[in-house]
Amino acid sequence: MQELIVSKLKENFSEAFISSSIYMGDLSVNVDKKSIVKICTYLKEDKEFEFQLCEDVTAIDWAKTKNRFTVVYHIFSFKHKFRLRIKADVDEKDCNIDSVTSVWKTTNWQEREVYDMFGISFNNHSDLRRIYMPEEFEHHPLRKDFPLMGIPGSLPLPKK
Amino acid sequence: MEKLTEKDVSPKILQALMDAESNITIDEALENEMILNMGPQHPATHGVLRLLLRLDGETIVACVPDLGYLHRGYEKLAENMTYYEFIPHTDRLDYISPMSNNVAWALAVEKLAGIEAPPRAQYIRMMVAELARIASHLVAIGSLAMDVGALTVFLWTLREREKIMDIWDILCGARFTNTYTRIGGVANDAQPEALKLVKDFIGKIETNLDECERLVNSNKIFVERLDGIGIATKQQAIDFGFTGPNLRASGVEFDLRRATPYLFYNEIDFNIPVFTEGDCLARYFVRADEIRESAKIITQVLDKMPQGETILNQPKKVLPHKAEVYSKMEELIHDFMIVNFGINPPKGDIYSAIENPKGELGFYLVSEGEGHPWRCKIRSPSFINLQSIPHMIKGHMISDVVAIIGSIDPIMGEADK
Repeated sequence: MQELIVSKLKENFSEAFISSSIYMGDLSVNVDKKSIVKICTYLKEDKEFEFQLCEDVTAIDWAKTKNRFTVVYHIFSFKHKFRLRIKADVDEKDCNIDSVTSVWKTTNWQEREVYDMFGISFNNHSDLRRIYMPEEFEHHPLRKDFPLMGIPGSLPLPKK
Repeated sequence: MEKLTEKDVSPKILQALMDAESNITIDEALENEMILNMGPQHPATHGVLRLLLRLDGETIVACVPDLGYLHRGYEKLAENMTYYEFIPHTDRLDYISPMSNNVAWALAVEKLAGIEAPPRAQYIRMMVAELARIASHLVAIGSLAMDVGALTVFLWTLREREKIMDIWDILCGARFTNTYTRIGGVANDAQPEALKLVKDFIGKIETNLDECERLVNSNKIFVERLDGIGIATKQQAIDFGFTGPNLRASGVEFDLRRATPYLFYNEIDFNIPVFTEGDCLARYFVRADEIRESAKIITQVLDKMPQGETILNQPKKVLPHKAEVYSKMEELIHDFMIVNFGINPPKGDIYSAIENPKGELGFYLVSEGEGHPWRCKIRSPSFINLQSIPHMIKGHMISDVVAIIGSIDPIMGEADK
């Protein structure tokens, strides 16, 4: 199964496919962020794979200048009982990626969470608002430059 | 409940509510429409869930959920503490089944560090995870019945849950926030006294559950308030990202204990209850049946449980026994290193998920070879299950909202992280 996915992706998306790796039995593929919707649609619609369930969308902040963020998708195929991880690097200067809500509806809130926590915006998302933090909040808490103790004055407190 | 003005609602949320698509057209809709704020302090929203409803009379035209009232930033906290230190925090995610969360975390860290707990510890973990499932489903059934007006069921199911609390009290010394598992095993061995209590409890749960069910299953009011309410078809359920009992109530036979077996679930014989209706009643039935299956699993686990160690003896990754720490130099050093700097799993990232009572609880851990995770993502089932509420309550009455929320069984500690 693992080889099949990698070879099919290489064959069909030779330009977008960057690399693949297996760690502790988990297969993950790195792809170009421009083709993320195409690849996801292919993996969901193709009769061979049928990755119908998107379990998780999240991001990692690597705290480096080039390709600062990685957006990570975990998708599951009921047919093969197989889980695949898709990664796409996002640069801080061009901090956006196409939304996959058109492929999996369930990613709506998860992408909102990533937007809230990391400040990565999702193109073509129908309802991109913050989900946990208040709308007036300016920062993105899960970025590595956001201190654990918070930023004084970032949330309005009652007057003395 | 009072009527809100536009000033009381954040403009962006109000805009989202007004934009929310609604294909219900009722005569003179504009004359009757009003915005109603439900929660966060509403008894039937199971915690601090806030729903903004756009109503036409008593019919819901659109709904926008508002989360974050219990957001404590556990993912940020996890990045700043060692893997051991995060175990007590997992208790506070889904606080109705803390044992299950402990097991999920321990399995995730063990996968990342490339170690495996001894067989007896794994069997104990299965036992406590299934007990947690029973406890959680008992609360779910009881509170669902209470939401639709049957208070006695709630008292009776909580009486049963209290027995599980007593078992946990003996097993690990805590009733509610257990923190029972450790990386590489469990905190202490299951005493014969605790195992006997489990056996007694399992022997009686079926008859006690039957009693609870007899109160409501043929009760016309109860059944009519749930039957055909909040339907999610098979395809919709998958689109919503449902996992756990909610997905199985919509006719998808998906259970992580079968699909990607962990612990020793592949050696256990159990059925996966599946209903096809996808309404509130089906979700209630699935939970009741799962309690019976869990009881079956625990009986087999008790029979098969081997003797032996309950924690791995690998001092570089697992905290050594106290007796060894006090008597041997090497172990003392390792103990010091683990407590102060953590277990330093190799560089890499893993995703590990288990079948929690609410659905799939997954941890995505990224290690940079340090004592604390670089990134810890909690994939909580309640968060994703809640997403379906606007679709499911559209066109229903306000009184159905509480039934639908109760049947989805969200826990806000987990949804808000």
